[in-house]
Amino acid sequence: MSATTTTDYRLIDSTLRDGSHAISHQYYAEDVIRIVAGLDAAGVQVIEIAHGDGLGGSSFNYGFSAVPEKELIAQACQTAQRAQIACLMLPGIGLADDLREVRELGVSVARIAVHCTEADITEQHIKVAKDLGMEAIGFLMMAHMNSPEGLVEQALLLQSYGADTVYIADSAGAMTVEDVRRRVNALVNALDVPLGVHAHNNLSMAVANSIAAYEEGAKNLDGTSAGLGAGAGNCPTEILAAVSTKYGIETGVDPLALMDVAEEVVRPIMPRQQVIDRAGLLLGYAGVYGSFLLHAERAAERYNVPTSEILLELGRRQVVGGQEDMIIDVALELARKHAEQEITT
Amino acid sequence: MSLRCAIVGSGNIGTDLMIKMLRSDRLELGALVGIDPDSEGLARARTLGVEASHEGPDWVLDHADDFDVVFDATSAYVHVRYHKKYAEAGITAVDLTPAARGPKVIAAVNLTEHLDAPNINMVTCGGQATTPMAYAVRRAVERLPYCEMVSTVSSKSAGPGTRQNIDEFTKTTSTALREIGGAELSKAIIILNPAEPPIIMRNTVFGALPEGTDHDAVLESVYDMEKAVASYVPGYRLKNQPVIEEGPYNTPGGVVPHRVVILLEVEGAGDYLPTYAGNLDIMTAAAMRVGEAICDHREAKTA
Repeated sequence: MSATTTTDYRLIDSTLRDGSHAISHQYYAEDVIRIVAGLDAAGVQVIEIAHGDGLGGSSFNYGFSAVPEKELIAQACQTAQRAQIACLMLPGIGLADDLREVRELGVSVARIAVHCTEADITEQHIKVAKDLGMEAIGFLMMAHMNSPEGLVEQALLLQSYGADTVYIADSAGAMTVEDVRRRVNALVNALDVPLGVHAHNNLSMAVANSIAAYEEGAKNLDGTSAGLGAGAGNCPTEILAAVSTKYGIETGVDPLALMDVAEEVVRPIMPRQQVIDRAGLLLGYAGVYGSFLLHAERAAERYNVPTSEILLELGRRQVVGGQEDMIIDVALELARKHAEQEITT
Repeated sequence: MSLRCAIVGSGNIGTDLMIKMLRSDRLELGALVGIDPDSEGLARARTLGVEASHEGPDWVLDHADDFDVVFDATSAYVHVRYHKKYAEAGITAVDLTPAARGPKVIAAVNLTEHLDAPNINMVTCGGQATTPMAYAVRRAVERLPYCEMVSTVSSKSAGPGTRQNIDEFTKTTSTALREIGGAELSKAIIILNPAEPPIIMRNTVFGALPEGTDHDAVLESVYDMEKAVASYVPGYRLKNQPVIEEGPYNTPGGVVPHRVVILLEVEGAGDYLPTYAGNLDIMTAAAMRVGEAICDHREAKTA
């Protein structure tokens, strides 16, 4: 029942996973029901749900979920009529056991996410997903930090472990159209399995990058409703659908229905609209993992140091996704430095 | 007295352990055993005058009479396959994989608890680095409802054993936070960072502090533990002062008003891999300490 046979690309909506970052993982059952129902009715083929940092992400380091994620995942599976339900997991944060549990709940797509140079830690989990009869998607994060050739090498590993699809994620929203084209082109030429692209909007490039990825041969694209997501937000699903229609690209989804979901279901629960403010732009400019944003703002307030200084220092340190603890580390060091400067002046 | 030792596994950990063991007056290294005749570790053993075999764990079993202790630095699945055979052969096993077949030992916390056990598990590098801090918090509070650790190691220092055993790493480490650290619930996270030059191993411990906790006592206990671990891992240190942050935090162990954040760095001694690989160092230094403690214990018994 693969949707890619009738549409030009498959749309995966991650409002309930990546969007979770922007609301500090405070989703409730009624949000899940309304979002899944809306996306499903609009024809979205795959709906992803999990803590923002994937299965098992609820923690001090990434923020505790308001409601245990498996309760929400069960709700999503019960609500969806047509769409497949996907979960994301990061080896090192979640466990293969989490995949087994969500498979029981009805999840049929497993996205195994990893920093774009560390594909070999996914072998165990891709195989478990395949053994469970799930579609396994290997998901390379922070793809701006690796060259097209480097990504090809990593993607081939994912393919060799049995991944049905390979994704690259611009987790820092740091890529230009040219960056995307070069990477997608190299990957599409090298891989036997379909490619997908997950874009962020920190440089205001998310929709343009997604369309460029499609033009270079990507067969899967990610979005979130109203762009709800880490950093300055994701590629907004409803805009991607609308722009695709303008381009004559067949998506299988109804752009008007997606606009309704964004406006009437998602915007009302957003603590703030997704705008590209200074901090959001800095993430893309400095190439910093998008989900650091809210954590950095909280640390900035607590230790009285500028958010922008924290983000720039994280960029200098080449911190990767998952190292949220380093935000406190950097804030403490900056606070100490500022205090020393005050004494000397 | 000294113990006759074999190291199985000629990767990063086994080779680093070899270099440390050659400096010991109580642990006498008889052989480094691998499976790849061309491995860098075995080559290093030969240049250092250590017997090097590429015939794997079976070689040790074939020479069982020559060894008192085997240090297993292979992989969890290999240890699972061999732990009974070592015991049957009368060789004490110090297990540096996350196989967790024997009782867990964290050198700074329960070093002397299991010295007669036929098999001792060294948990994980992250476990050796963070469990002492969980314990340090626990001993200063009424209860530790939830504790969490995040370990970040440089990609270069994470060999295939670690990479194929990520789940075992997090599970074993998490268990140690409860069983030895004293937390009621726990979580462990590991991140690999590919930055160049490689980053020094970092570990962060978060502890849930219930209402009524004496925060100064927690911080004092953490500083004391830093000294205790640094006594056998010189590169172990608090990277920043431990801080108490105000929540509330909706932890799996219930809502707590505060958390303590302990930011650690482990710089290696540079015995085999460069100093960024503190993750190797803390494991091998802890294993050395256990081996020497077994030696002292046996000597005391025979005396």
